[in-house]
Amino acid sequence: MTAQYTLRGVQHRYGTRTVLSLDALEILQGEVLAIVGPSGAGKSTLLRLLNFLEPPTDGVITFDGQTVTARPPLDLIRRVTTVFQRPVLLDRNVHDNVAFGLRLRGQAVDGRVDAALAHVGLSGLDRAQARKLSGGEMQRAALARALVIEPEVLLLDEPTANLDPYNVGLIEGILAAQNRERGTTLVLVTHNVFQARRLAHRVALLWDGRLIEVNRTADFFDSPSDPRSAAFAKGEVAY
Amino acid sequence: MVETFLPIVTLSLVVSGVALGIASVLGFPLGAWLALANVPGKRVIEALIYTGMAFPPVVVGLVVYMLLSRSGPFGDLGWLFTTNAMIVAQVVIAFPMVAGLTQTAIDGLDPALRLQLRALGASSPQVMWTLLTEARAGVLSALIAAFGSIISEVGAVMLVGGNIEGQTRVMTTAIVLETRQGNFELALALGALLLSLTFLINFAVIRLGQRREAPAR
Repeated sequence: MTAQYTLRGVQHRYGTRTVLSLDALEILQGEVLAIVGPSGAGKSTLLRLLNFLEPPTDGVITFDGQTVTARPPLDLIRRVTTVFQRPVLLDRNVHDNVAFGLRLRGQAVDGRVDAALAHVGLSGLDRAQARKLSGGEMQRAALARALVIEPEVLLLDEPTANLDPYNVGLIEGILAAQNRERGTTLVLVTHNVFQARRLAHRVALLWDGRLIEVNRTADFFDSPSDPRSAAFAKGEVAY
Repeated sequence: MVETFLPIVTLSLVVSGVALGIASVLGFPLGAWLALANVPGKRVIEALIYTGMAFPPVVVGLVVYMLLSRSGPFGDLGWLFTTNAMIVAQVVIAFPMVAGLTQTAIDGLDPALRLQLRALGASSPQVMWTLLTEARAGVLSALIAAFGSIISEVGAVMLVGGNIEGQTRVMTTAIVLETRQGNFELALALGALLLSLTFLINFAVIRLGQRREAPAR
């Protein structure tokens, strides 16, 4: 697999506080990479950098072989999208929420929204007010909104935190299928050891803004190279 | 009576409608920008806008009068005692209200929404437009408040318009005139008409801002 992202010497600071400091990280095209680590490790910051929502303070990010500038073009930003832990839906009906990204791009909505809603199990709710859905339904609507624009990379910031097991299972199934059938690169931030194990090809551990270990999932859990990875794999890390 | 009222009512609506339109074109983007931007001097602009919201209309009229008077910097335009001067005065009154209340409305939205919009690939103008539509209840309140303040305003339009019959006489200035002449019935009728029109327009704007939604499961 070729590299979708290459990060070299990437540092990110807010004021004088360094929240991320990565010597090197490659994210491969078509892989599922789980980013794990305790709260405040810099996981969400990393996702914002990968979605080009802010440039790193220092260092170089390349995407698909191209160096990403401080003000990347909209065409580049639109190749990636993020589903956040808390689904932020517009004060509109479900159909208009899912169609939002297509309309931004001036693309035809046609049957794509209906297909996306069917894909996440929300058929029949297209005219419902999005903010009146249950938590699981809202997150699936947010996922449909992200998937319908067919991103090359889907970034997920704890997408199933606070959801019931039924919705967790549904969303994990959708994500796995998206990666398997469409080849979409998934970068999944999760606190859930079991979820990382179920979904990811590789797991990366962030700790205090630094990359401790990146390894194939089986190796990360079965023979971690760092005691902190071992602690995480055993569920001993306090979040 | 219809022949007397109709031109006055029409002119009132045209002057205030055009002024509100101009104030909106200027005020919505400024309000949205103030809510989104994080630039030096932002607090000063905000303070100026809030001061503008509390500016006495008669003082606005006085300033516009001086600017447009023959010896003023814009005297060559020849706008004094025309509807153009009345529109200018009403724009000055309505603009800070539209901008300030729009900013407040957008500030009240979920801060995570901006990040989500950008993550979905919205350009800056698309983010701004979406936030305005998401804050539509507050934005409509800004429009209603601004319209209410200018349609019922008398001091500025009297000063810069001159209350010339058939040219610059609007409902509020006509009410003043009729009261001074002792025609209280006519003044009261104009007052009732002004109130009814304002109610109807506000009601229409509120209805326009409502969306029909099917209930959730």
